[in-house]
Amino acid sequence: MRKIKEFVIEKSLLSSALITIAVTFGIISVLAVEAFQFFSEVSIVDFLTDSQWTPLFTDKHYGILPLLSGTLLTSFIAISVALPVGLSISIYLSEYAPKSFRKTIKPLLELLASIPTVVYGFFALIVVTPFLQQIIPDLSGFNSLSAGIVMGIMIIPFISSLSEDALHAVPKAMREASYGMGATKLQTAFKVVVPAASSGIIVSIILAISRAIGETMIVAIAAGQQPRLTFDPTVPVETITAYIVQVSLGDVQHGSIEYRTIFAAGITLFVFTFLLNTLSFYIRKKYRQKYE
Amino acid sequence: MAKEIKVTMEKAIEKNINISSAIAEDENHAARIDAKDIKVWYEDFMAIKGITMKIKPNTVTAFIGPSGCGKSTFLRLFNRMNDYVDGFKMEGKIKLQGNNIYGKKVLVEELRKEIGMVFQKPNPFPKSIFENVAYGLKIQGIKDKKFINARVEKALKQADLWDEVKDNLKKSALALSGGQQQRLCIARTLAVEPSIILMDEPTSALDPISTAKIEDLIFELKEKYTIIIVTHNMQQASRISDYTAFFYLGELIEYDKTKTIFTKPSKKQTENYITGRFG
Repeated sequence: MRKIKEFVIEKSLLSSALITIAVTFGIISVLAVEAFQFFSEVSIVDFLTDSQWTPLFTDKHYGILPLLSGTLLTSFIAISVALPVGLSISIYLSEYAPKSFRKTIKPLLELLASIPTVVYGFFALIVVTPFLQQIIPDLSGFNSLSAGIVMGIMIIPFISSLSEDALHAVPKAMREASYGMGATKLQTAFKVVVPAASSGIIVSIILAISRAIGETMIVAIAAGQQPRLTFDPTVPVETITAYIVQVSLGDVQHGSIEYRTIFAAGITLFVFTFLLNTLSFYIRKKYRQKYE
Repeated sequence: MAKEIKVTMEKAIEKNINISSAIAEDENHAARIDAKDIKVWYEDFMAIKGITMKIKPNTVTAFIGPSGCGKSTFLRLFNRMNDYVDGFKMEGKIKLQGNNIYGKKVLVEELRKEIGMVFQKPNPFPKSIFENVAYGLKIQGIKDKKFINARVEKALKQADLWDEVKDNLKKSALALSGGQQQRLCIARTLAVEPSIILMDEPTSALDPISTAKIEDLIFELKEKYTIIIVTHNMQQASRISDYTAFFYLGELIEYDKTKTIFTKPSKKQTENYITGRFG
């Protein structure tokens, strides 16, 4: 009787794991099939080189570059905000802050990641953009700057929290060795602890970039819906994710070429995040310091 | 006598050499370290219950005693490593060459350049062999490459590691064996040229051959440095030290020449411990 119970439990656990994998593969294959049909109509060279993305207009162009530049621009701005802030926080928490302070502040920071992104999007549109317009009068109502900045705030905890974990995992003996040589706290933090935790820090940055690239709501609300090949942060752009939202919510016919563009855009996005996640996995595995 | 000291000191200043070593040569300052009525608490736990002891220069002094007797805590007072422990509190005075090292004006970083430390487990930085040894110099802001190279070579030679690593100075220190790593840590400490070296069970994680090498090394270093070593190994204490201090439950039970401690200790507790009846 007990054996049967064990058997049933084991198999049900296994099946839940298998279902997850099956669903993932299902999603990827739908993406691949639809994208394949798209590329049977649009040449992949045009897709990668055309500088216009106008599938919803009469003069149709299918160049992913404008969407890609929008995505990369907003992500770049986000990382420029999140990296210095997130790293400073993590170094402070790990090396300077008293234990009790660290224990309270860390969950509070992680709260930043739990705010619904639609709230962030509105925050960018209604608060940050008007504020920035006082400094940069030419700033459009929709722009990648404020969307990027707010997205950067959102991903701060990704960097601060994961980097802090990596810094904290550096053995105490390493710090003692440094202090014992007459190093100050600052020297110890930057010359010993940060380099020793570098793989973990890099992984945290990559995951944050990956999150920024996949982020949808903030850019859809605040960055605009104009595919445009530009790196000017003050004008409206459209990211891959924002385009997918736009078309999904619109009334394009299923099975049409317009409909399939979202799968082509989707698979581009997927390739990017997949590569980044693989890279972070590889770095974590290869460069993880073994302290024993 | 006093005049002579003054003259020596002035000469020392003129020649820009280490004043402290000039003073130390005088008999009145024979004690390198002078600890008085030391009491230490961790939160409510009293780890050291009033210890007074002097450490002579250019000697090896061994601290022995069962686990938790306070010998490591006491050792770590000398370079103020306990400052980072939560709930650490201390009473008493420790003088290094006549200066209270817990004084308000003391720069902990400067003190630690004078008093180096080697730890229980080899703890090289995840950097190259060269960078490990050069670390102490670089954090002092020294940029002269020739000077650093010379110091690194000298320190590695002193630590008896040079011949093994001279062709691979750029190799990661983590690739070395445990014994080599510990000698690297000693070289790293020597590169800053401290006058005192504290060793906290430096061979407890090493095999017998590596241990023997480190012991030989300590013997050689004695000529130039004052060494204080915490050890659990009774044979080690008797082999390498000139003086031995026996600690028990936060108190200094007996402190004498090593020979005396191991042949005719005056306290019953010491005898019981060194003969292996407890601890």
